[in-house]
Amino acid sequence: MLDTLKIPEQHYLHDGHSLRSWLLTKDHKRIAIMYLMSISVMFFIGGLFAVGIRFELATPQGDFVTADTYNKFFTMHGVIMVFFFLIPSIPAVLGNFLIPPMIGAKDLAFPRLNLLSLYIYWFGSIFTIAAMVRGGVDTGWTFYTPYSASASNTHVVPTALGIFIAGFSSILTGLNFIVTIHRMRAPGMTWFRLPLFVWAHYATSLIQVLGTPVVAITIVMLFVERAFGFAIFDPQRGGDPVLFQHLFWFYSHPAVYIMILPAMGVMSELVSTFSRKRIFGYSFVAFSSLAIAVFGFIVWAHHMFVSGISTYAAMVFSFLSFSVAIPSAVKTFNWSATLYKGAVSFETPMLYAYGFLGLFAIGGLTGLFLATLGVDVHMHDTYFVVAHFHYIMVGGAIMGYLGGLHYWWPKMTGRMYSEFFSRVSAITVFVGFNVTFFPQFVVGYLGMPRRYHAYPDEMQVLNVMSSAGATVLGLGYVLPVIYFLYSLKHGRVAGPNPWGASGLEWQMQSPPLTENFTEAPQVIHEPYEYEHIVVAKEKHLV
Amino acid sequence: MSIFGIPIFPDQASTFARDVDALYFFILAVCAFFALAVAVPVIYFGIRYHKTHDRQIGARIEGNLPLELLWSVIPTIIAMVMFGWGVSVFYHLRRPPAEALHLYAVGKQWMWKFQHMEGQREINELHIPSGRPIKITVTSEDVLHSLYFPAFRTKYDAIPGRYTELWFEAQKPGSYHIFCTEYCGTNHSGMIGTVTVLEPAAYQEWLQGGGLEGTLAQRGARLFNDLACSSCHVDSGRGRGPSLKDIVGTTVELRDGSSATIDDAYLRESILNSQAKVVKGFEPLMPTFQGLISEENLVALIEYVKSMSPKATTTAPAAPPAGKK
Repeated sequence: MLDTLKIPEQHYLHDGHSLRSWLLTKDHKRIAIMYLMSISVMFFIGGLFAVGIRFELATPQGDFVTADTYNKFFTMHGVIMVFFFLIPSIPAVLGNFLIPPMIGAKDLAFPRLNLLSLYIYWFGSIFTIAAMVRGGVDTGWTFYTPYSASASNTHVVPTALGIFIAGFSSILTGLNFIVTIHRMRAPGMTWFRLPLFVWAHYATSLIQVLGTPVVAITIVMLFVERAFGFAIFDPQRGGDPVLFQHLFWFYSHPAVYIMILPAMGVMSELVSTFSRKRIFGYSFVAFSSLAIAVFGFIVWAHHMFVSGISTYAAMVFSFLSFSVAIPSAVKTFNWSATLYKGAVSFETPMLYAYGFLGLFAIGGLTGLFLATLGVDVHMHDTYFVVAHFHYIMVGGAIMGYLGGLHYWWPKMTGRMYSEFFSRVSAITVFVGFNVTFFPQFVVGYLGMPRRYHAYPDEMQVLNVMSSAGATVLGLGYVLPVIYFLYSLKHGRVAGPNPWGASGLEWQMQSPPLTENFTEAPQVIHEPYEYEHIVVAKEKHLV
Repeated sequence: MSIFGIPIFPDQASTFARDVDALYFFILAVCAFFALAVAVPVIYFGIRYHKTHDRQIGARIEGNLPLELLWSVIPTIIAMVMFGWGVSVFYHLRRPPAEALHLYAVGKQWMWKFQHMEGQREINELHIPSGRPIKITVTSEDVLHSLYFPAFRTKYDAIPGRYTELWFEAQKPGSYHIFCTEYCGTNHSGMIGTVTVLEPAAYQEWLQGGGLEGTLAQRGARLFNDLACSSCHVDSGRGRGPSLKDIVGTTVELRDGSSATIDDAYLRESILNSQAKVVKGFEPLMPTFQGLISEENLVALIEYVKSMSPKATTTAPAAPPAGKK
């Protein structure tokens, strides 16, 4: 099997070809592939709205679309990207595909629940897309009251219900991962032999399970106020509009860690594999994931320093926000130190890992400005914030996602993509991203508020740079679609372990069998040991 | 500051601007340091330890506890410096001095309405003197807005149903942007204006030009009569409502046995939702004015009530009681 490098006859993609065999599958890998296709569609829909935004902002006047249309563009860009792309991205695709094999299991603990989560995600997406087709929503992805509750006459309720529904998909995925990681580990797979990708997903799942119900409750409250006229947030009738912000950010700040923690998990795998070396400070990297998940829950009001919370509450939340910076810094330093005395090579996934390090470092460091009270007053709700969170959520999370996709693509499909074009794409994304978002830090400190359809003339040059960069970035995102699809038929056969990586998933054939392993693997090695991989390679591959 | 005529740094037009920018540059320096502390080793290791042959693997290094402590503790210390410095700037920013010149801003989809104590009213325009602290009480008629002066490095949300405040001391005469920074619907990006900072003498001259309706408190006094407040709230205290003389800043006992301190928020609530906190000894007879009075008239009315407590209201300039013009 290993010598000739052919795609094996039997694998999960050949286990039935009918639509029914896909739609009723319980295989975590097939569910992951369906998630991959679904979120890719959502990513490009969300991307189209970004194209509209950058077109409009190329000139200071509001001349490309009307103000109402523009407001819908940025709202739907945010809603789709956050709730229907970033939150499911790495967990539902890569986590779903890889957590069972990484721990030596045949599937997740609850395969049917896993399929249900996909159906729920589809149902939620359909709700939200239907709301868009019927005219869209203009509240911003944050749905701040009282605007969303009483003033906006767009399709707030169906959009919010779509998010409410999709939330259950996220809860079920998280629940499934927690149980799987606790109960399904192969013999010898102790907690401290778990790949750091699994640790990161464990931390992420905790947030999904504990945080998502809060946003569900918040949406129900908004629904009750909008549909039945209860005054929960309406100040005219004794409601409190600021209450919404507390509830919303109690979920939506931890949600940022739902997006970035899995990307950090991918990073640990990439950095270790492509320096062929055990990750530096394994337990610090593992526990920093948990620390981020826990601290992430107690920093929400840093979104509200000028929203009418007391001066002293602002101080407490500023302090706590700094506390979440430390575990992120610890991770970054450990990844850097892993390279020391490694055997470093720069295949495409490693280019993405380097890109992640650069962009996440800038994104994380610029968060320090916003956690600092005296400076945040000036920066709050300006383009500085927009730039900061895109560096984390696009620069961090999407670089991690793409890096992971390029890394595990040969495992998922059995074939390699074009090395040349994938490198071009990685570099294009990195350059395009920086040209798009770095000027936004500058224009933000100048004072340009976010969600502005028109802006003062003197800010045009920086905005034109942004729009130009976005064009390059868009190209970088389209390229992988082409060479990935091309590779499915024409790609070089990858073999089980093309990178010489150490994880259990690389002991499966590529693409894997439906049951992953023919017999349950016995784990005898520490994680990220490369000595025996080299030996194994020499034995089987000439 | 600008490069090739393109502005890249905002005007420093208030006393805060220096404080905020100093902290900003400190954090920028820290960020540059840490960015290099990651970038330099990562790039160097990538080159120095580049894989040379296929079977090569990295050295077996598990980790290093002193290093872990070092890169946890040093960032923590630096973060605490940022935190402390940030708090001190913020605390200053959130505490208007007692002698500040007081004015009101009301946000409404999609305009800013400013009211001066002397009676001038402006829309999307604001004239203020330089070299003097200005305190702005902010509220909204409809949805959330946020009053933002980038050149002064300050902003605060306008929240319907509540008064919030911000203050600054403008230093450099000139014209600067006013933005709304809380998304508020269709014309959010049109909810902008210009603040004009005038030399004190020029400001005095500007003040002479307007205020046709008298001072804000005088306008409030007329409303006090028009809305028939005066028929119950008589000075003797024997009316159907309590006397409003010298009440601001005092604590009163309520019908339900609790007590309340009389401030802007109490006055606002007692006008809009008159049954909420009725003073002991009086019947809950007052009609509510929710929806019947605009935010601008409400602040005029409150200013008039406050002018009846000259000892408690030290904000300058003290509004003269109505009718003495």
